[in-house]
Amino acid sequence: MKILSLFRRRGSAPQARERLQILLSHERAAGRQPDLLAILQEEILATIARQITVERENVRVRIDRGAMVSTLEIDVDIPHTAGPAAPALASNRTHAAAIGRGAAAMASVSRGFG
Amino acid sequence: MARVLVVTSGKGGVGKTTSTAALGAALAQTGQSVAVVDFDVGLRNLDLIMGAERRVVFDLVNVIQGVAKLPQALIRDKRLETLWLLPASQTRDKDALTEQGVAAVINELRGKFDWVICDSPAGIERGATLAMRFADCAVIVTNPEVSSVRDSDRIIGLLDAKTEMAEKGQRIEKHLLITRYDPQRAQRGEMLNIEDVLEILSTPLLGIIPESQEVLRASNLGSPVTLCNATSAPARAYLDAARRLKGETVPMCIPTEQHRLLSRLFGRRAA
Repeated sequence: MKILSLFRRRGSAPQARERLQILLSHERAAGRQPDLLAILQEEILATIARQITVERENVRVRIDRGAMVSTLEIDVDIPHTAGPAAPALASNRTHAAAIGRGAAAMASVSRGFG
Repeated sequence: MARVLVVTSGKGGVGKTTSTAALGAALAQTGQSVAVVDFDVGLRNLDLIMGAERRVVFDLVNVIQGVAKLPQALIRDKRLETLWLLPASQTRDKDALTEQGVAAVINELRGKFDWVICDSPAGIERGATLAMRFADCAVIVTNPEVSSVRDSDRIIGLLDAKTEMAEKGQRIEKHLLITRYDPQRAQRGEMLNIEDVLEILSTPLLGIIPESQEVLRASNLGSPVTLCNATSAPARAYLDAARRLKGETVPMCIPTEQHRLLSRLFGRRAA
């Protein structure tokens, strides 16, 4: 049936429209709150740094924008040698060691738009 | 009362300069006095599109810096008595344009002309923000293509935030001009159609300029497309758009080329 689908090739314009609608709804929201991603990255980094010593480049924040829901992915590499930045709780240190390298935390952030 | 209009887009190569020349000439063809001002400092081209490149003596930056008076820098069009050009300079100095300087020039132009049309450079840097800064209304030139539509959306945001009118709490009047439109491709679903673009950008439509070979021909000859061949499809679209700018109600249509038998047989005459 591939030959038939060649003749019925659907135009690409609907995809262009859909991609633009998703992108622009995000960019318009971002215009009101400048660089959400950079703010989140800084705040998350500061929160982690209060408990354990991590290199700046070992904290990655990514956002995947969807039509209804956006996914915020926080990826923190915690080396086994990482010690508490300050006198932290012992349970925290154990937890960090247990997660080990390449631990990823996922969080969903719903963004309000239709 | 003069109206200051900025022709802007964000993205480069979508037809700002072509549209500035065509709308400027179209308004002048109806008897209005028009000054077209090139804000693309360092990369001026409006002079070339208007066919006045060999007559440039002074420019916008010279006027701002007090090297020349405004009347010395204005170039009158050879074809239309009421159409004037203020060219940009070719200086590489990015700070050549100052806000006070531009304000003073626009103010002086307001006193002399019915229309002041500012041709914005691409991007969102100083030249582009100063071109829109003192405008009463804006024409946003958009191609039916994703990157152009996205950049237009960005520019619409800037028009609503960074212009003098916006800062005074007033709404700048905005018009969308869709250029390089191919109705057949849009019909086949290969190109964003007019409704798509209007829905995404939520801005009233000023006109639809069809994709046409006449635009390149006019630029080759150094003539605004409305003067080069006033009966061509893009010229008719620009002439209609200019009437809408003046407040006339003109039904929206997408003009098509009329191939006359003779021109088909013998090819197009060179102008």
